[in-house]
Amino acid sequence: MSTTSVLFDAPGPRSKRRVLIGSVIAGLLLLGVLVLVGLRLDAQHQFDVEKWAPLFDPSDEQFPLVWQRIGEALGNTLVAAALAMVFSLVIGTLLAVTRVTAARWYRWAVVGLVELLRGVPVVIAIFFASRVLPQFGLDLEPLWFLVIGLTAYNSVIIAEIVRAGIDSLPKGQREAAESLGLRRGQVLSLVLLPQAFRVMLPAVISQLVVVLKDTSLGFVISYEELVRVAGQIVQVLSNPIQVYLLIAVIFTLINYTLSRFAIWVERRLSQGKKSATATLSATDPAGAGTGGG
Amino acid sequence: MNVIIDNFPLYVSGFLQTLRICAFAALGSLVLGTVIAGFRVSPVPPLRWVGTAWVTVFRNCPLTVVLFFCAFGLPEIGVNGAYFWFGVTGLILYTSAFVCEAVRSGINSVPAGQAEAARAVGLTFSQSLTSVVLPQALRTVVPPLGSVIIAMIKNSAIVGAFGVGGDLFAVGDTLTSSRGEAVLPVLIGVVLGYLVITIPGGLLLGLLERKVAIAR
Repeated sequence: MSTTSVLFDAPGPRSKRRVLIGSVIAGLLLLGVLVLVGLRLDAQHQFDVEKWAPLFDPSDEQFPLVWQRIGEALGNTLVAAALAMVFSLVIGTLLAVTRVTAARWYRWAVVGLVELLRGVPVVIAIFFASRVLPQFGLDLEPLWFLVIGLTAYNSVIIAEIVRAGIDSLPKGQREAAESLGLRRGQVLSLVLLPQAFRVMLPAVISQLVVVLKDTSLGFVISYEELVRVAGQIVQVLSNPIQVYLLIAVIFTLINYTLSRFAIWVERRLSQGKKSATATLSATDPAGAGTGGG
Repeated sequence: MNVIIDNFPLYVSGFLQTLRICAFAALGSLVLGTVIAGFRVSPVPPLRWVGTAWVTVFRNCPLTVVLFFCAFGLPEIGVNGAYFWFGVTGLILYTSAFVCEAVRSGINSVPAGQAEAARAVGLTFSQSLTSVVLPQALRTVVPPLGSVIIAMIKNSAIVGAFGVGGDLFAVGDTLTSSRGEAVLPVLIGVVLGYLVITIPGGLLLGLLERKVAIAR
């Protein structure tokens, strides 16, 4: 671990002993908290079999039904996230490209739109998409309102990622392409964008984590994704802690895998070639990764 | 546009509620996030495990799930309180993971020589962390931390939608659902409420960034 070497040397016998004592104390404290919480939960009968069996015991009669619902909900979540991501990539790239190439007044319009959409909470974008669009005759399924709301926010983030990707390329790339006589559009589509996408890939995968989490905001418009279905299951089985624990585990597993994948891709890309991924780090907690809920 | 003017007091109260949620959540998550970051870099393995588990869970779960956990779970372990505080607690827990990662990346950005020098003059781990590493780390941490807080302000709308109520989101919901006002003007009012916080916040952040930036 790199942090270890920054903050402390390899421990000698005395600090080894101190670390050991600290570990024991911290471990005991941790155990104490866990036991306390466990006892409290037990006192509230949270460990009773009937609260857990429908979720984890295949012989329980409700087990197949519950998992069928969760499976459908997971499917809905993934579909919404995938659609939102595809649309965001397309629109975001268009925004970024026009921002790079277009006339000044138009560029200002794009900057304005980007700043506006960046400042609006995703949940409000989704909520109002479902309220405003029907007034203009667009009566769609909740899925599409969710996708539109997510796309409105994420396309702007993707646009910023693409722009940073293009900016991170060496100047010589553009100059060489221009000196070959390529037109602006050709410079972008043949030379800059293909390289920018490569650099962007980790950041895009990280953004997918944000989109996946934000699909849970579909609950405000009754889209049947994981969190909403969890709520429905809770109403029948009345075991909120157990059900939401399961949902939390599902989300953590998927998103943790995705973020590890992003880091792996980043490492691979930076191998051999000194790429500019540092500016677009997938692990950067400040970047796009904090966007949503 | 008359909707906004007619309901101006309602908008103001929504705005203030949003500010209230954000103020408590910002304070709580900054403190908690820094503590967790301390855990994550500490030499004591159990503390590191706690820190890592904390960040992994809260960074990968949607805020809605965290909120449901607070609302259903906390009463079961004997923590009771107003719904408002469950909402704020959920937002604090969720945001603290991002604050932690921002602080930790700041700690990692401090050159190793600084910590080595601190040890060489005989400072203990906590001394070198609090008086040498953290003061420098916090400066590099200001820009990412600002982005985290701005994201948190937008996430406060989720707390509102979750049923804490009274905030800008709830105002928009009330005006469009129960009073049947025209949707678009109401939306513009709500969005303006957020932009009033987020855009100056972003500008302030840029300013601050230039002010505390250190050349390295």
